[in-house]
Amino acid sequence: MTHPLRGNSAICGVATFGLGEAPGFDAMETQTIAAAMALEDAGLDKSQVDGLFGAMQSEFLNTLAFSEYFGITPTFSSNNRIGGSSFLAHVQEAMAAIEAGLCSVALVTYGSVQRSLMGKLQTAVSAAWTRHETDYGPRFPVSSYALMAKRHMHEFGTTREQLAHVAVSARQWAQKNPEAFARDPLTVEDVVNARMVSSPFGTLDCCLVTDGSGALVIARADIAETLKRPPVYILGAGVAHHAKHVMGMESLTTTTAVESSARAYGMAGMGVDDIQMLQVYDAFTINTILLLEDLGIVPKGDGGPFVAEGHIAPGGKLPVNTNGGGLSCCHPGMYGLFTLIEGARQLRGDCGDRQVEGLDTVLCHGVGGAFSSNATCILGTDATL
Amino acid sequence: MKIVTESPEATYRAALESGRLRIQLCGACASHVFPPRVTCPNCGKAELDWTEPKGTGTVHSCTVVNRKPDRGGPYNVVLVDLTEGVRLMSHVTGFGADDVPIDLPVRAEIEPDTNRLIFRAEGAA
Repeated sequence: MTHPLRGNSAICGVATFGLGEAPGFDAMETQTIAAAMALEDAGLDKSQVDGLFGAMQSEFLNTLAFSEYFGITPTFSSNNRIGGSSFLAHVQEAMAAIEAGLCSVALVTYGSVQRSLMGKLQTAVSAAWTRHETDYGPRFPVSSYALMAKRHMHEFGTTREQLAHVAVSARQWAQKNPEAFARDPLTVEDVVNARMVSSPFGTLDCCLVTDGSGALVIARADIAETLKRPPVYILGAGVAHHAKHVMGMESLTTTTAVESSARAYGMAGMGVDDIQMLQVYDAFTINTILLLEDLGIVPKGDGGPFVAEGHIAPGGKLPVNTNGGGLSCCHPGMYGLFTLIEGARQLRGDCGDRQVEGLDTVLCHGVGGAFSSNATCILGTDATL
Repeated sequence: MKIVTESPEATYRAALESGRLRIQLCGACASHVFPPRVTCPNCGKAELDWTEPKGTGTVHSCTVVNRKPDRGGPYNVVLVDLTEGVRLMSHVTGFGADDVPIDLPVRAEIEPDTNRLIFRAEGAA
């Protein structure tokens, strides 16, 4: 039986603003510009928005502040914050709220000007990190992911060169994206020889620190079908989290992305063979390798060889992070929303030089904290309904 | 439900300060528990008692944080699996700026001055 949420809603407007650097702006301003642009893209007025979703580092009561600033009065509001994956969880919530009749047109927004403000990664979770970790001086979040990468290298023979191929593939895509922040040529040697941060990661295994804002408009499918852009249907969504801390993870090399994606595949009535493209949260090079495995693209342990063979780069058999990802496009503190925006843009055919042809399904995936939360959304064109 | 009368976190810290490492053992399901909690994350019961672990374990993973030399230089951060089955974050002394090998057998000790729980390679002086 078809899941009642499968395709009940569609992304009908997307926008990004101030990717890279947005000097002089504050995050509420850039977030709101993105929201207004996304509504314009959809051909909707803000008075039609009755659902609001968002998570921000710089504003704890984000949806309240945004509603006041933008001038909307939503009937359904969620500031669910499970890290950088929050926005994919918001999509799942929006589907449920729309199905229940609690809203019909939802905005999902995010904004950050962390680069212009202070030039370093801003994170909402570090302050609450427990002494059982902070007493030993891990650099958050990089050391948590580094511990996972080291264990993956130990168990499966994954190499620094294979990790580097993730960064190089992302850069090759970024070179096709005029919006991407880092577009200079990049080699495996550059990545391997970069200054060490927390072994096995050098600086180029780590995501960018940029500004950036984005917004999505999600509407009930029958509404989306009357609007000016082709609807991007949400076919499945799933969320999973167990432990917040890396010390609490049951396995350092198999994440709860296995569970979130199984839920999304189940709702969509699809399997991994139906997926033509990935947009994943690549905060560090190990992320893409772990996710290729945990989303079921390759068997556990085969992620390193898969990326080294060039399969995720332009021209490869599975395009991954066609905007350049968090490693080369933008990383404004939390990246999750940008996986959905790029997935929708690819499915609508908006992507210019980096457009992948013949595309009907894209899997978007966000991680939060130290792989603490995972959220998966499967998007499709009307051909997938 | 049996409710603890003292913060388990505070009890753990006080033990470390008096030179003893203690972790919790669930009286209902026999799971070892760390970090300290008020209920067992396995079975949910509030029947956690204190126990003295063997102090032995193995390194599960390691990263070396590249701190600048004028701030003390690089240091390791590890995850250790205690013999009792719990995993914790710590530091292995005696490795300088080098990585600590995964699977290395280690033994717990309490660091003078800081009272941090740290480890040393089994058999090393």
